[in-house]
Amino acid sequence: MTVETADKDERLKESSFVSQLLKRPELGAIAGVVAVTVFFLFTANPVMFSLSGVLNFLTPAAQLGILALGAALLMVGGEFDLSVGSMVAFTGLVFGVALTVFQLPLLLAIAMTFAVAGLFGLVNAEIVLRTGLPSFIVTLAFLFILRGLSLVGLKWATNGSTQLRGIRESVENDWLAPVFSGRAFTGLFEWMAGNGWIEAFSNGKPKVDGIPVEILWFVGLTLILTWVLLRTPAGNWIFAAGGDANSAKNSGVPVRRVKMALFVLTACCAALVAILTVLDAGSTDARRGFQKEFEAIIAAVIGGCLLTGGYGSAIGAFFGSIIFGMVLIGLTYTQIDQDWYQVFLGGMLLIAVLFNNIIRKRVTGER
Amino acid sequence: MSDAIVRMENIEKHFGNIVALSGVSFDVRPGECHCLLGDNGAGKSTFIKTMSGVHKPTKGRMIVSGKEVVFDSPREAMDAGIATVYQDLAMIPLMSVTRNFWMGREPTKGWGPFKQLDMKKAEQVTMSEMKRMGINLREADQAVGTLSGGERQTVAISRAVYFGAKVLILDEPTSALGVRQTASVLATIDRVRKDGIAVVFITHNVRHAMAVGDRFTVLNRGKTYGTSTADKITASELQDLMAGGQEMVELEGSLGGTV
Ligand SMILES: Nc1ncnc2c1ncn2[C@@H]1O[C@H](COP(=O)(O)OP(=O)(O)OP(=O)(O)O)[C@@H](O)[C@H]1O
Ligand SMILES: [Mg+2]
Repeated sequence: MTVETADKDERLKESSFVSQLLKRPELGAIAGVVAVTVFFLFTANPVMFSLSGVLNFLTPAAQLGILALGAALLMVGGEFDLSVGSMVAFTGLVFGVALTVFQLPLLLAIAMTFAVAGLFGLVNAEIVLRTGLPSFIVTLAFLFILRGLSLVGLKWATNGSTQLRGIRESVENDWLAPVFSGRAFTGLFEWMAGNGWIEAFSNGKPKVDGIPVEILWFVGLTLILTWVLLRTPAGNWIFAAGGDANSAKNSGVPVRRVKMALFVLTACCAALVAILTVLDAGSTDARRGFQKEFEAIIAAVIGGCLLTGGYGSAIGAFFGSIIFGMVLIGLTYTQIDQDWYQVFLGGMLLIAVLFNNIIRKRVTGER
Repeated sequence: MSDAIVRMENIEKHFGNIVALSGVSFDVRPGECHCLLGDNGAGKSTFIKTMSGVHKPTKGRMIVSGKEVVFDSPREAMDAGIATVYQDLAMIPLMSVTRNFWMGREPTKGWGPFKQLDMKKAEQVTMSEMKRMGINLREADQAVGTLSGGERQTVAISRAVYFGAKVLILDEPTSALGVRQTASVLATIDRVRKDGIAVVFITHNVRHAMAVGDRFTVLNRGKTYGTSTADKITASELQDLMAGGQEMVELEGSLGGTV
């Protein structure tokens, strides 16, 4: 008897491998990465797919991707945050002020930046959860409020300038700086160059001397959030809260806490991007993160997130962001005018939404 | 018959100036199916929501296993063994049967920050529980959206039973179903009752109620007309009570007894 059922289960698994694959939300994004790769293999200078070329497009992909991961989880949880772009500017300012005006050590500056981000995430969440207003509109308000505050704060901190400088100098020699800036695995890359495995200059130094840390943050976050979403109770609660908040609540899922945590996570992702990019640039200004909220949401949608919530993945957002990076940087390796970037993205978004819609209906047998 | 496991006394519920319930008394015993009947808007859903901790009664007492209780959340009611299958089933169509089955009570393994879902156990239990209730799933990660209405009801019921429900409240489980699916849900109710679980079955279909009910309580505009046992009342008497007596008699006359 038990043997029989086991046999049957095995056969079922095998026969439905394709449908198993079709069921994954990230399928569209992976197909998109393949399509974009093929496109650039034919049109772009092959340098694009050399080690340095790949790191070149992965860097902006990572900067966007960290935001997109937060946006994706929040979307699966049934909410939006349109304020993440402005949040990058605002937390970038907080970070810069903490370092240059307050002269705090990097650790404290980072803690303060995350604290401020988390606080605004909580404010967003409180308003949305208490009033039942769409998060779309509440966070749209914060899109303007935070952008405005960034401008006001910047002028206050710099006595009227539009840029806050001197950040790199203030973290020089800080033990924590290598975690948030520069490149990692430099030793490994030198060793690989020494063995002739990667391209090197004539003096033996590698042409690419390491992996930008934001890429590691991006990959690490993707892995952690994918695990959380698929393999922990919290992940199940996120799907449930976004799928149907009421049903979830009636089943004992702490929907309020889940959504609060997601808003805080999204804001903290913005803070992380702010810290990484501000350290990278050595300065910050009020335009930082401009319109990134839309790009993050688009990447999440390309990654298979449904606008209605309850469905999506972190891996999908990962690949969605890589598509962004590839298109943005890839066009510079082609004869194609950069101005086509936005056309391309709009088109991708449209295709993704149409595709997601069909897949969802197929998978869930929506009647 | 044994003592009541849940007893509700003079329950009132007001929503602002709307009086949804004005003094309803009701009890249910282990191993019986107590039907709660009433027309649309009679207050059935509101009543069972106070029983399951979704609403707090404005007035009245609630006694579970002989002790007076006040539930602050559905969770507390669940912990006391009162499980509800709502009209909307509290299931999420986009999620798999397994994930729905365990929603809010996920099994975990590992420790500390590495605590994670025990998917293997979750899938095994779900598959075998579904089989026990007569549903053969194609795969454990089949989305609930692909199940039929009757199958969804059964998933919801078996979930409640698996998690140790002593009182099972079913809010119109048969209202959207065809003949065969209704029969299978009624059979599930019968099976659950025979396991010694107290079932509260809400419906506005007298025939469905008569098929499995041991006792009947009719709600009308937030009030009860008292409770009757199966051998003391006929289907047409129940029908009359539901429509508020007099009017129904007139209606029935004009329709030639077809209702
Ligand atoms: N949250 C609420 N706020 C205000 N009024 C409510 C609320 N819930 C229910 N009511 C009102 O209470 C009354 C009883 O509603 P209830 O949903 O309990 O009826 P029902 O017997 O379940 O009807 P149906 O057969 O249609 O499910 C209705 O008049 C309804 O409008
Ligand atoms: Mg109802």
